[in-house]
Amino acid sequence: METLKLVASYLTIVLLVPPVMLGIINKTKAAVAGRKGPPVLQPLHDTIKLLGKGAVYSETTTWVFRLGPVVSLSAAIAAACLVPLAGAPLVSFNGDAILFAYLFALGRFVTVAAALDTGSSFEGMGASREVAFASLAEPALILAFASLAYRAGELSLARMFAPHGGPSAAASTLLALGSLFVVLLAENSRIPIDDPNTHLELTMIHEVMVLDHGGPDLAFILHGAGLKLVLMTSLLVRLILPEIPLLGAAGSLLIGLAAAAAAIGLVESSMARLRLVRVPQLLVAAICAAAFGLILTLR
Amino acid sequence: MEQLSQLILAFIVFLSLYLLGSSSLTGCIKIVALQGMCLGLLPLTIHAGGFHPRALLLASGMFILKGMVIPRILMYAIREVKIRREVGPMVGYTPSLLLGAALIGVSFVLAERLPVPPGLRTSLLIPVSLSTVMMGMLMMISRIKAVTQVIGYLVFENGIYLFGLAISYEIPWLIEMGVLLDVFVAVFVMGIVINHIARAFDSISTEKLTRLSD
Repeated sequence: METLKLVASYLTIVLLVPPVMLGIINKTKAAVAGRKGPPVLQPLHDTIKLLGKGAVYSETTTWVFRLGPVVSLSAAIAAACLVPLAGAPLVSFNGDAILFAYLFALGRFVTVAAALDTGSSFEGMGASREVAFASLAEPALILAFASLAYRAGELSLARMFAPHGGPSAAASTLLALGSLFVVLLAENSRIPIDDPNTHLELTMIHEVMVLDHGGPDLAFILHGAGLKLVLMTSLLVRLILPEIPLLGAAGSLLIGLAAAAAAIGLVESSMARLRLVRVPQLLVAAICAAAFGLILTLR
Repeated sequence: MEQLSQLILAFIVFLSLYLLGSSSLTGCIKIVALQGMCLGLLPLTIHAGGFHPRALLLASGMFILKGMVIPRILMYAIREVKIRREVGPMVGYTPSLLLGAALIGVSFVLAERLPVPPGLRTSLLIPVSLSTVMMGMLMMISRIKAVTQVIGYLVFENGIYLFGLAISYEIPWLIEMGVLLDVFVAVFVMGIVINHIARAFDSISTEKLTRLSD
């Protein structure tokens, strides 16, 4: 019965929270800009609409193109099983943090492969940018994971991302948190790195790779991207937010996610995108911060 | 108190890293001012059993001079010469960030080897001061503009101050005040020199100093 409840709450979170979180981000941005904005559930409606449509495939594409969205969404769902979303994770073992990082890498790989498969030079450009930035974001992620794992004494997400350590580890926690936040922005193509709203050749990274997908494929991609955002944010939220009494683990996580969505919306409305040549520098700074945090924990 | 000082020390190293990766001169000056303010606050958090009036005096001197007066002078210097950015340093920003991270690692290893008093074994003061000194030196030798070299010198001096704070908890305050005055005069002179370089060469790149001009 307990397992059934856990699986049910997991399913609800995985299906419903990503579109709602995107909706809250959009609503915050609209509110700051003085607009009314689309309803919070608009991304969910969009996904449902897309699922009901047919898809058009270019004649030059092969099965690699069709594989992309399916594998990237399933990789995100598999990664969700490792994250303690509803109090406890569905699957947890020593070393699942590595699997988590590699599942994201797998999702990225198939998306890039699908983009290259179209043969469009435009999508090839986006793919090359995505890979270039990911190769800098990954060391930062791994270094931050390493310092958290060393402190927890175990390489599992559930143990690493628990609010513990007390004030003695405050400095290294803050450094890990900062570098993970930069990685979160880079991985989910949020504003200082990439603008999720633009359709301009010069600025796009993630968006350009999925231009040729339509219908259910696009729905899969959008939901997968939202789920990725939810997963990384919930890890950060668990790191800083202690469990709020009365609400339970899942409830306090949801509150934290909503607050984080509002924070991301505020960041996006208050700053502009970085120039493309400055992005690697920001990511290298995140690597350095994570390395410094690791040095502090190892000491 | 111990936790607070550790946090401030980590923040000081983070600010030095930021300086290594930043190209905007006004941004750099603001960051070095913030670092000076952190240094001013640090002596108050280190002494657990209440602080001496002397420590308070030193802290406020540090805070005002390094956090306010010296940054003002630098701001004045760059307003006069009308430059905003350090373009094309000898070592690029990304490599110098990575070098900075490597230097932090080296200084932590060095600090383990140094024969320090037993009370300082667990403190972050020694490794942080070593890494601040090294990053300041890196900044001094890898940048071209005179202003950024002055900022590197300030970071370097901040590291030396930290080291002094580590090895003798009761610094003879006359010496410390003397050092502060020296730094103040040095930066003051450099501010004037920067203006002279700018007037003579139409630029404050120190590379051009090797060229003859009247």
